[in-house]
Amino acid sequence: MTFLTEPAAGTAAQCRRGTVTARELVKRALDRIAAQDGALHAFISTQPEAALYRAEYLDKLPLAARESMPLFGIPVAVKDNIVTAGVATTCASKILENFVPPYDATVVEALVAAGAVIVGKTNLDEFAMGSSTENSYFGATRNPNNPDHIPGGSSGGSAAAVAAGMVPLALGSDTGGSIRQPCCHCGCVGLKPTYGRVSRYGLVAFASSLDQIGPIASDVRDIGLLLSVLSVPDKRDSTCAGKQFTDSDDLYAGAVNGLAVGVPKEYFAQGLSPEVRGPIESLLARLAQAGCKTVPVSLPNLGYGIATYYIVCTAEASSNLARYDGVKYGYRSANPKSLIDMYRTTRREGFGAEVKRRIMLGTYVLSSGYYDAYYLKAARVRTLIARDFDNAFTQCDAVVSPVAPAPAFRIGEKCNDPLQMYLTDIYTVSANLAGIPGISVPCGKADGIPVGVQFMAPKWREDTLLKLGFATQELTKSKQLG
Amino acid sequence: MIDKKIVQHIADLSRLSLSDEETEEFAHQLASILGYVEQLDKVDTSNVEPTALVAPARDPLRQDEPTPSLPPDKLLQNGPKVKNGYFAVPKVINQ
Repeated sequence: MTFLTEPAAGTAAQCRRGTVTARELVKRALDRIAAQDGALHAFISTQPEAALYRAEYLDKLPLAARESMPLFGIPVAVKDNIVTAGVATTCASKILENFVPPYDATVVEALVAAGAVIVGKTNLDEFAMGSSTENSYFGATRNPNNPDHIPGGSSGGSAAAVAAGMVPLALGSDTGGSIRQPCCHCGCVGLKPTYGRVSRYGLVAFASSLDQIGPIASDVRDIGLLLSVLSVPDKRDSTCAGKQFTDSDDLYAGAVNGLAVGVPKEYFAQGLSPEVRGPIESLLARLAQAGCKTVPVSLPNLGYGIATYYIVCTAEASSNLARYDGVKYGYRSANPKSLIDMYRTTRREGFGAEVKRRIMLGTYVLSSGYYDAYYLKAARVRTLIARDFDNAFTQCDAVVSPVAPAPAFRIGEKCNDPLQMYLTDIYTVSANLAGIPGISVPCGKADGIPVGVQFMAPKWREDTLLKLGFATQELTKSKQLG
Repeated sequence: MIDKKIVQHIADLSRLSLSDEETEEFAHQLASILGYVEQLDKVDTSNVEPTALVAPARDPLRQDEPTPSLPPDKLLQNGPKVKNGYFAVPKVINQ
């Protein structure tokens, strides 16, 4: 038993009973990271001593104290844009290279209260801006299935760490697909919760109206378990709705009988690679055999998703990243000539190219004379995209779609053309714009690289996603082994 | 049209200084991205309200009660330059 690749719920139960110690679990995770991470670079930092110290503390807890800890002894990796008190949180940026937060994010507090042990901080595209984890100041992460390929992004480190069996659970953040797409490319499960389900307190802001923290795991059941832990009510984030998710074994009974899955014709139109279409169509046939109804639906404004998303997210990013001025924390350029010069040179030296590009684009679309034509226009189209989903959900319980148009590309393949990179986000950005939840689940492989499927549901219906996700996991298991 | 002059203006607003090569590259890339997003002009959005945030209908209210907050020394710990309990910056006013 390796524990690291088995469902965390069972492992935590064994650890609570004392069949295995927390120290043993953490040690195994740290050993595996030490053995593999030189090649994969999923982690920006690990905290072996603190993790073992905490594991030993957990092992001394009386059995009664363990009962309320659903993740007792479980090693967890946290994306390095989620703040951890006393542990560097870099956002994979030079500008925050030495930033040591004085407080924990709400989700980190929740993990600790649930008995989890944080073993390290994972790599990402700088400030979560990217779809490949190539934009990290600390170097790219590699896909565990084939190191010549990207792991996806921006939560590429978290997805690679789970897929490689280094940790059973990880946290990511998803602004336009940054949890779902790397999970698709690496072959694990990831959920972007409903906007407002999980507190963003302590998530370094990229685009505040789109950002959500969410769970990454190998097994769909662990997604529900981790979501129930992460979704604690929190007064420190006024957009946190306080609707804690209740996990239930009933979701994983495999019953999808009577569920209506909407198949949007726009999502399966041109531009989708046959390597992705094949496994999804075969899955839909199996789901139909299992009693799911498939319903044709239409999302007519889907094609405008990328344009809308890249206006909204860059506008918000340009405002959010104004705080990096070299005054309060982070990098400051040496020997500035004046205050303004200090701002300019600090930001020139501290930010990478993609971050600068998005700040520039966001500043442009918000600037005087362009605000109405770009930002306000995009905000109106955003309303139409959300309405498309509302309409679709009158006919179905969930919408099925690809996660990415093709399997993970090779490292370096799209680096020189930002627009080509943006276009790969076509299937994921709409859920963020509409605020609805989406899950990415593996459903096949193409040349050894995993292919995933996405389900999206109405707000607060993560339960439907977990049912469909678990059914997908079960229905495709034999196929993936073969 | 995005030219180098506009890129320089946007860089000024963004408090970024750019090299000549960066200015050139951004002019090209921003033109390409803005060319792509112009497809939104085709969408009829008359009588459509903008969505800035998909959030609860009402902001939650709480009691205005003091709660513990982080002590100043902890917050100053990350300051790149700190003097006498303040963040220090280059001189702003010359006499």
